[in-house]
Amino acid sequence: MPAVLRGRSIRGVVTTALVAALVLAAAGCGFSESTSGGRGKTIKWYVFNEPGGAFEQAIATCNKQAGGKYTIQYVRLPTDADQQRELVVRRLAAKDSDIDIIGMDVIWTAEFAEAGWIKPWTGARAQRALNGKLKGPQLTAQYKNTLWADPFTSNTQFLFYRKDRVPKPPPDFTWDQMIDQASQRGKAIEVQAARYEGYTVWINSLIASAGGSIVDENGNVKVDQTAARAAQIIKKLATSKAAPPGMSNNKEDDARLGFESGRSDYQTNYSFIYASAAKIKGFQPKIGVAPWPRVDASKPPRVTLGGINLGIGAYSKNPELSFQAAECLAQPENQVVASEKGGLAPSTGVLFSNPRVKKVLPFADIMSTQIENGVPRPVTPAYSDISQAIQKTFHPPDGVDPSKVVSDLRDKLKKAAEGKIF
Amino acid sequence: MADKVTGRAREERRLAWMLVAPSVIVMVLVTGYPVVYAIYLSLQKYDLRFPNDKKFVGLSNYTDVLGSSTWWTDVFNTMVITVCSVAIELVLGMLIALVMHRAIFGRGPVRAAILIPYGIVTVVAAFAWRYAFNPGTGFVQHLPLVSGTANPLGSRGGSFLVIVLTEVWKTTPFMALLLLAGLALVPDELHEAARVDGASVMQRFFRITIPLMRPAIIVALLFRTLDAFRVFDSVFIMTRGANDTETVSILGYNVLINRVNLGLGSAVSVLIFFAVILIAMFFVKVLGASTAQQTGEA
Repeated sequence: MPAVLRGRSIRGVVTTALVAALVLAAAGCGFSESTSGGRGKTIKWYVFNEPGGAFEQAIATCNKQAGGKYTIQYVRLPTDADQQRELVVRRLAAKDSDIDIIGMDVIWTAEFAEAGWIKPWTGARAQRALNGKLKGPQLTAQYKNTLWADPFTSNTQFLFYRKDRVPKPPPDFTWDQMIDQASQRGKAIEVQAARYEGYTVWINSLIASAGGSIVDENGNVKVDQTAARAAQIIKKLATSKAAPPGMSNNKEDDARLGFESGRSDYQTNYSFIYASAAKIKGFQPKIGVAPWPRVDASKPPRVTLGGINLGIGAYSKNPELSFQAAECLAQPENQVVASEKGGLAPSTGVLFSNPRVKKVLPFADIMSTQIENGVPRPVTPAYSDISQAIQKTFHPPDGVDPSKVVSDLRDKLKKAAEGKIF
Repeated sequence: MADKVTGRAREERRLAWMLVAPSVIVMVLVTGYPVVYAIYLSLQKYDLRFPNDKKFVGLSNYTDVLGSSTWWTDVFNTMVITVCSVAIELVLGMLIALVMHRAIFGRGPVRAAILIPYGIVTVVAAFAWRYAFNPGTGFVQHLPLVSGTANPLGSRGGSFLVIVLTEVWKTTPFMALLLLAGLALVPDELHEAARVDGASVMQRFFRITIPLMRPAIIVALLFRTLDAFRVFDSVFIMTRGANDTETVSILGYNVLINRVNLGLGSAVSVLIFFAVILIAMFFVKVLGASTAQQTGEA
């Protein structure tokens, strides 16, 4: 053993170790520059990985239209919204200049704007970005009377039902009616009630449809009896015969699988499940699409908005070109492609009557109404804290206590706002 | 004479220090610095989203964490998982170690087969277990004696059960390996002698094997307890802390990574660090005292 460590060989070992360490460090430095192959400045678009190829086509279109001014490069983020956010937030907090355009989940606007991580859209550019967009998506891109992103795709949930088993739901169909009916038939209602962002979506839609909200326009906590009403419905479903197996762990895809297995009559979910149903022979024609169920028969539903907006990273080295590239990406043609290839709804109103969109999303008229009247999730910089507090208060669905939920939620939201443990 | 020896001893001591210096420096850089930085951060109010509000707040992050019921619930949950999984692993690990020790034919294949679970990435293993118990797609509910509507991951007790099972399945091989090393220390002559004196199998196991293996058992328990206390992957995959199964590591992750509250999150991490030190001290000081004696005798 000492022979190796004696004399020159010590230096040899140390040198080898150092070289190895440097190589490892260099290799570990995250995203490697992939071949951009184009001309002009490279603009990097950080956005979730869309498996249908819609974003690739949008990028190709824009790179062609740019005529050499810039080349957009696709940086794929995870599909899980929580993971996307964690990754982007860490980079932005470290003032990463690599991020030019961000495909922002609609819930990030306030947080990113308040932290100074994205650039505001102003003047004529802001007008162009909002031009023709539905009211719902417009709201999600704004914070404190400033526009922070260009609305690109949008989405809300719908009620999918088995046409071959149950009658078409009347326009004032309520959650209570649906739960009673499904329980009697011994069939399930598929929802998303795992403790994650999707559960917040459901709760937010229930509270908004009951006429309430979690925070007011100024970002102050405003929890009232509508939260108790939401808890009532959740508990009623969770403790009824219509509760799907494993309800407290189910996410979007579990709901889709459950519905496809035939165990359920109803499902609330996003439009992607409709495209997915086409893969099972003869299944898609059995699926009916209706507006999201009401909480109160007299009030139309107000459903949580999803989708992505295009924001410009505050530390981008080419902000001007990034704005131009983002505007190009959000153009109507690319929204149509996003519908065709990814099943994502447009944000521009007229596109809902576009024949190409109608072909893939035959319920586009229900969609545009719901998106127009859709509600953003609480618009506040501490959104992720608030969402966690909501999930913790309402979970598990069969154990939520409607009589305690209001005070419990207020208490947790207060702690979240003060930056404390809840 | 005495002076000369001390001089030489000092010389050797110096050489020893020089030899360990590189690793000490590396350890200080890669472990010491982050630990000190985490302690520094834990004394600040520092949320990445509101960088302008950063200020020194002393111990208030700690009082906040220690004063919240969430922290103590999470400590309790972590203890439940730790105690249950380590206890089961010790018993199973010992049985497996005995099998591996006694295996006459096919030693290699037997050991390799037992080690397979340990070679699987924890996240992958956790997903496999989650899918197995999923009421829609899993096979568990189709097993005999299991109710067709069972959904263990829907309740607190059930979630704990599945998490502990996953941990046990995954790390029993590690425990078995450490214990096997301990078994090899027990001289066969002692067993022979005891057998001649008429000691039964049980007597030999409890009077000879276990006492002589004590150091190995304590090391195995220490390693596994420290690991289990920081359990993250399987809980994250199974429940993400739902059904009141949140562990201290999940809490730290949520505050630090999701809420990007570096001050509060660092306080949680530092508290976990201190808890781990306490556990290690308990093992070394309380249980380890007689270990040193044992090894001295052997």
